[in-house]
Amino acid sequence: MILEARNISFRYGEKSREILKDFSLKAESTERVGLVAPSGFGKTTLCKILSGYEKPDSGQVLLDGKPLDFYGSYCPVQLIWQHPEQAINPRLRMKSVLEEGDNVSPDLIKRLGIEADWMNRFPAELSGGEMQRFCIARALGQRTQFLLADEISTMLDLITQSQIWHFLMDETEKRKIGMIVVSHSPELLEKVCTRIVDLQKE
Amino acid sequence: MTKNTKKGTFMIKKWNRRQRLVLWLVLSLIFLAAVCIGGMFCGDAARETDFARKNIAPCLKYPFGTDWLGRDMFTRTVKGLSISIIIGISAAAFSAVMAFILGVLSATMGKAVDTVITWFIDLVMGIPHMLLLILICVACGRGLKGVILGVALTHWTSLARLIRGEVLQLKEQQYIKMARKLGKSNFYIAMKHMVPHLFPQFLVGLILLFPHAILHESSITFLGFGLSNEQPAIGIILSEAMKYLITGKWWLALFPGLMLVLTVVCFYTVGEGIRKLVDPASAHE
Repeated sequence: MILEARNISFRYGEKSREILKDFSLKAESTERVGLVAPSGFGKTTLCKILSGYEKPDSGQVLLDGKPLDFYGSYCPVQLIWQHPEQAINPRLRMKSVLEEGDNVSPDLIKRLGIEADWMNRFPAELSGGEMQRFCIARALGQRTQFLLADEISTMLDLITQSQIWHFLMDETEKRKIGMIVVSHSPELLEKVCTRIVDLQKE
Repeated sequence: MTKNTKKGTFMIKKWNRRQRLVLWLVLSLIFLAAVCIGGMFCGDAARETDFARKNIAPCLKYPFGTDWLGRDMFTRTVKGLSISIIIGISAAAFSAVMAFILGVLSATMGKAVDTVITWFIDLVMGIPHMLLLILICVACGRGLKGVILGVALTHWTSLARLIRGEVLQLKEQQYIKMARKLGKSNFYIAMKHMVPHLFPQFLVGLILLFPHAILHESSITFLGFGLSNEQPAIGIILSEAMKYLITGKWWLALFPGLMLVLTVVCFYTVGEGIRKLVDPASAHE
């Protein structure tokens, strides 16, 4: 599958500055694209547009030549947010959080290092890294075709980072899920990605 | 010193916060139920006059004493409180439902509806409670209906504003947007994400409206705009007792007043208890 952003322009509100201007990007499901840019260049905004959270002012987001709405209510492009504690309802136990995903396989949950004991807990009783694993598992449902990772490992220690990235590289290669990775760390992107795009030069 | 602290922690461990809350909740509910049921049976006894037993100070037979007409103050107080509680419950329920509907409409129906409802909330809030309450009571004719309507129509605003704010805030939450991208329907999101968040706040708002309603009922009756004089409402009892306080009959005002405060405290305890019980942070206590 090919995820394509075609001539996208975007600004928040009428009078604010234009964050993305005539931006285009093409990513195949066999590759992992890294996005680099200094703060405030619209990396998160681009992720939100690519996964359908925001509508671009002009331009299109296409998956295999068709707009995202075409694929029904489950969006095949899933975004993993930077802050897991905001992306999880504090009133739900973790097992109900996982149930929201699209038939997440138990094997995947196990390989992410999620312990059975955590399932009955509330988000407030887990650490950021533990919550982020749940967010990743939830986003990797059966119908997910593309995964956007917006700074998902910045708050984690190195061991957890490597565990999670190894898992993600494994899983996405096996299921032929394309990835777009946003990070501030060039070393990480060099290790993980097959191609790096610098927003500043575009 | 060390012995004391050890004993203290032992006590807390024996009854943790959740269990203590439940205990207080149950005690408060029993008290309120007892007053309500008692009030149903002592309606006649509360009106019975007997000049052979007038102006008796509190004793074993008449725990709250008797008044200048020889009426038993205990039965009068219970009857008055039960009327107050009925008024409190119906007024609070009515205004809470109104607040919920208007709050949700305001947050979900778009900008025009929101502007009108917010303007209306500000308008009602701008008028002093007591003034509006007196006007509505007089307009409806004095009596139960007027008091209930008056309290209900003046107290829905703050709860409506709270619910509107909560729904607006919830709509922007990442986990709700995420659920939408995961293909969940509006109904699912409302039931699974919105209601569990709104319900406790709504319930607490509702319960904390009771004491307000009861106090307003008493004060408006005390001022002479509320219930009619034949009914043994707390406000009537207190305003009549005023005339006799100076002659040294302290029990006429003290016990009904204390019972009123106790009822209000009970409602607050129930409200606060439920709020803490449904808070997920206390789930494992």
